[in-house]
Amino acid sequence: MLSRDGKKILRGVNLEVGDQEIHSIIGANGAGKSTLAYTLMGLQGYEHEEGSLIFDGEDITKLSITERARKGITLAWQEPARFEGLKVRDYLAIGAKNKGGITEEELKDALRKVDLKPEKYLDREVGEALSGGERKRIELASIITMKPKLAILDEPDSGIDVVSLKEIVNLIQTFKENGSSVLVITHRKEIAAASDKASLMCEGVILRSGDPLEISEFFKNRCIPCDSRVSPPKAA
Amino acid sequence: MTQITINTLSNEIESMDAAYSAAGGDAAVLHQHELASLVISGNKVLNANGTEGIVLETQETKHGVDVKMTIKKGYKIPLPVHLCFGLIPEDGLQEINMNFVAEEDSAVELIAHCTFPNAVKIIHRMDAQMHIGKNASLKYIETHFHGPHGGIQVVPRAHIKIEEGGSYCTNFSLVSGRVGYLEFDYSVDAEKDSVCEMVTKVYGKKDDKIKVIEKVSLNGENARSVIKSRLAITDNAESEFRGITEGHAPRARGHVDCMEVIQGNAKAEAIPIVRVDNPLAKVTHEAAIGCVDKKEVETLMARGLEEDDAIDTIVKGMLA
Repeated sequence: MLSRDGKKILRGVNLEVGDQEIHSIIGANGAGKSTLAYTLMGLQGYEHEEGSLIFDGEDITKLSITERARKGITLAWQEPARFEGLKVRDYLAIGAKNKGGITEEELKDALRKVDLKPEKYLDREVGEALSGGERKRIELASIITMKPKLAILDEPDSGIDVVSLKEIVNLIQTFKENGSSVLVITHRKEIAAASDKASLMCEGVILRSGDPLEISEFFKNRCIPCDSRVSPPKAA
Repeated sequence: MTQITINTLSNEIESMDAAYSAAGGDAAVLHQHELASLVISGNKVLNANGTEGIVLETQETKHGVDVKMTIKKGYKIPLPVHLCFGLIPEDGLQEINMNFVAEEDSAVELIAHCTFPNAVKIIHRMDAQMHIGKNASLKYIETHFHGPHGGIQVVPRAHIKIEEGGSYCTNFSLVSGRVGYLEFDYSVDAEKDSVCEMVTKVYGKKDDKIKVIEKVSLNGENARSVIKSRLAITDNAESEFRGITEGHAPRARGHVDCMEVIQGNAKAEAIPIVRVDNPLAKVTHEAAIGCVDKKEVETLMARGLEEDDAIDTIVKGMLA
């Protein structure tokens, strides 16, 4: 459970993500999806008060962001940080620091996987010179170089054009093929459809988990018409 | 006697080479005859090498050197001119008076390293006059290294005049080691169609004191300028920034951009000043002082860096 100003933000979250599983979190704006992502990463101000977080059989509830990252958890923000002056190559190399570093070819390969030309981007700055979509791709490339056990992706498709959605889906599949589990927060049916499992969130609660297409349909038919969200739809 | 003098000089050159390298320069460039260079240690000129299109004159004074460098009309100097000023001892005074002239249609890039690797009680003053002729271009990259002790006062002052169509670009950087006391004061008069870009990057630690004043007067029609400062201070360091831009002519455009990051007990003050007395001129400004961006820190921590390393990476990026 996580509360703020006396209000419960997350409650009744019971979630299990399997090994090399792509798990979508679906829900309306304000449902608590990003809060869940921040809580799993252990961000400041998102420390949960009750319950526990088990990763690879170990209780990591009390671990810091850095400690969780070194266990193999990482997060891609919906709106990536700007990093004035930091070169793309230096940013991408950071995630690989604790794994013995990274080769030039691996850096280039990470950029190619997010459809960016290495010769154009590797020596540019992450910050102001790049568009939101480009920074988003670089954020995803930084996850690739880190090779995490669990990648938490907060709306990886936001700021990226519809044509590129297929590439994002392919990228998520690549994470899986490379041995990562992926927890992806999304509104997109296409991303949910590529998942192994999905969970529906509303008002800080995981309402139900199961087949991604079923959960997507449930969301479309029951949650979108529910504009008050005072009484969330009951779990089936 | 002559042999002793040569040996002494040789030792001094070696020491300055080492100091130049400590400041981030490649000392080999100071000994390549095809590259113009000037090396001054205290009040001694150790090397003054001009190349075609460059007239270099020096005069040793009691506490420093008077330098006059002229880039002749129409010459585009293909390779950077390397300058190295410094003092090797722990204490002393160095006063450099510089007079740069880039004549009409000339172009040059100056790379200066000012290095005081052992400074405990040193004063370094520089007074520069720079005249950039019609359609001429001067790029001035200045990197300082003041060693680890902080026992130095550095007071660089410069006045730059950019004639019609000319361009002046400067990048002052003091990000390694201690600052000590820095009082940086540059002013620019920019005439018609000229361009001025001034970038200052300083990292203050412990009880360092930083004072930066940069002023651009956009006197000519369509003159353009950017003043950009990036200051990071930590511990008990203090910084004060004044970025002044005046728009006096039609279609003059200026911008002042100051960002300061503070940590620990550091204190920062940033005052962008814009003055416009021509209704067709436009000058804008932005200033921000604060701690390191939380999302940036947490992003790097989520990639496995400790918090201190994340902050260090972000600050170094900003000052790069």
